[in-house]
Amino acid sequence: MAAEATLSAAASADTGAATRRLKHVAGKVGIYAALVTWAFVSLFPVYWTITTSMKVAKDVQLGHLIPWVDFQPNWLGWRSLGLSPDTIGQVSTVRDEFLDRFLNSIYTAFGASFLAVLIGSLAAYGLSRFQYKFLWMKNQDLSFFFLSQLILPPVVLALPFLVLYRELALLDSIIGLVLLYTLTVLPIVIWIMKDQFDTIPIELDEAAQVDGLGPWGTFFRIILPMALPGMVAAFILSLILCWNEYFFAALLTGSEAKTLPVMVASQTGSQGINWWSMAALSTAAIAPLVVVGVLLERYIIRGLTAGSVKG
Amino acid sequence: MALTESPSYGAVSRRRRDGGRALIAAATVLFFAVGLLQALNSAGVLPLGLKDWRPTLYAYLLWAVALGAGMVMMRGEAGLKALFILPAALFTAAMAIFPTLFGLSIAFTDWNLASFTGQKFNGIDNLLQLVRDPFYWNAMRNMVIYVLFVFVEYAIAFGLALLLNAEIRARKFWRVVFLIPLMLSPVAVSWMVGKSMLEYRFGPVARFARWLGVNNPSFFTDPWVARLWIEAMDAWVSIPFVMILLLAGLQAMPKEVIEAAKVDGASPWQRFWQVIFPLMLPVSITAIVLRIIFKLKLADIIITVTSGGPGGATDSVSSFIYREYRDRSNVGYGTMLAMFYLVLIVIFVTLLLKFLRKYMQRMT
Repeated sequence: MAAEATLSAAASADTGAATRRLKHVAGKVGIYAALVTWAFVSLFPVYWTITTSMKVAKDVQLGHLIPWVDFQPNWLGWRSLGLSPDTIGQVSTVRDEFLDRFLNSIYTAFGASFLAVLIGSLAAYGLSRFQYKFLWMKNQDLSFFFLSQLILPPVVLALPFLVLYRELALLDSIIGLVLLYTLTVLPIVIWIMKDQFDTIPIELDEAAQVDGLGPWGTFFRIILPMALPGMVAAFILSLILCWNEYFFAALLTGSEAKTLPVMVASQTGSQGINWWSMAALSTAAIAPLVVVGVLLERYIIRGLTAGSVKG
Repeated sequence: MALTESPSYGAVSRRRRDGGRALIAAATVLFFAVGLLQALNSAGVLPLGLKDWRPTLYAYLLWAVALGAGMVMMRGEAGLKALFILPAALFTAAMAIFPTLFGLSIAFTDWNLASFTGQKFNGIDNLLQLVRDPFYWNAMRNMVIYVLFVFVEYAIAFGLALLLNAEIRARKFWRVVFLIPLMLSPVAVSWMVGKSMLEYRFGPVARFARWLGVNNPSFFTDPWVARLWIEAMDAWVSIPFVMILLLAGLQAMPKEVIEAAKVDGASPWQRFWQVIFPLMLPVSITAIVLRIIFKLKLADIIITVTSGGPGGATDSVSSFIYREYRDRSNVGYGTMLAMFYLVLIVIFVTLLLKFLRKYMQRMT
């Protein structure tokens, strides 16, 4: 396509226009080359992991890369997880463990995201609409108080929580993780939802009040339906962050509430683990989020850009 | 407890107001009583047979509910409005403020979970040990390096955002592709890239390096090479985040401004530095500050790939403290390290924001 364009450009008599056209084409080629290069950088590790889960030892050692061209795909890695077509009907302890961790991840991620969006939306609506005063703190200070939790590194909370959770019998429990994850995503949810509520005209609230609705009626009947896209964005972003969280899960869970990242990490550490099994496990761990990323990209971008661009 | 709008007492009858006040008072007394009994129980003074501190937790929940109900009774409409922010405020207080204060009390003890003697107050011993701990300061130095790399990430992300904002076909497709690394968990990335692609015998990167003529490629033996690869992995995961913010900024930019620059005959290079870049400054600063804040928490990839090695060259403060706890069960000292880090971070971020605010004022 590029060559064709160059030819047609050369054919035109006007040399000035030709150079400009050439420059334009070169620019286009450069842009697409850069796009392809970065797409390769973004996708190769994922491609590598998926294909490696279908390799046997020989293919790993010889560095084969392309299925059906230089190696025959094999279910080896998936069989070791108990997830290949021929083992899916059989009993598998590895699969049971994997599914257990997978479910734990789902419970914690969904639980924490739900809780965070619930209390975060309420707080964001309050901060967006009412004038608060608590001790010396006004709305702006209260907003800053919530957002400032974002800089609290997990390591500061990890050790106190280890001791506190032991005393509260919450160590190695899903509830304990849900509460902590809620805390870590709450500032982000409040940020997104405050931005969302600020874009909804306050006249709607006033009209609802004239109709005799109290603050809670106004919120649930009028404002909440309008803020739904923002809530979905906040929920999905929380989901991703919670699903991938490792630090707290590694310190605060043992056998019961272990999440998927902890399982992946513990397998990585053990020597002599087969590449194909590890690749299958990694693929299974990232697959849900890759699907979410592709299908719900619109909401993720909406969540990420909330409040950052005053356009 | 005046978490309310300008109080409008007139709307609420005197009886309701007194009832609300009594409810809150009763719940507060109950909460402190349960806490006191628990303290006596765990100190062995008053053996009530309580195995854990759950009763105090339930008392706190009850107190929170009573506080909300009391507010509504006392202040009517203003109380209903306060109810919106109350759950999040009480949750944050219980889950962030209290544990941090509790952590402070651990930080000044010699508590080691592996030793049989319990925690004992040891004054500023931990602080003195911290000042002399070469590994801690090494991790701190690494953090400075990692944070400086944010600007490299920013430069790459800006390039990608410009690419996506150019006139291209299938923009949505490229955007989804570029976004994918952000979805992946750092732990999975640790294996996918750190443990397999960078494996020195069979990994594709090692193979590629050998093809380029590097004899014995190894990625985690030389301190700087190891640090760069850790940074590369972290950057790979987080560049999409910065890119998306910058792309949103580019798309919000008024088209006329760029057209005007074009008409004036500015070259693309001039257009970028004299028009686009200055206009993008606010978004850029948001992106960089957020990225720095997240960078300061860097731990997962280091813990799973190098455990801080070789010789602490890749250690971040978080991964160092993680091992201080995991391997040595040194809760007291580890907490002091974390608290000291928190203080430094708060000072650093506050100064950064102050500086940026001044800088932005001068620019505009």
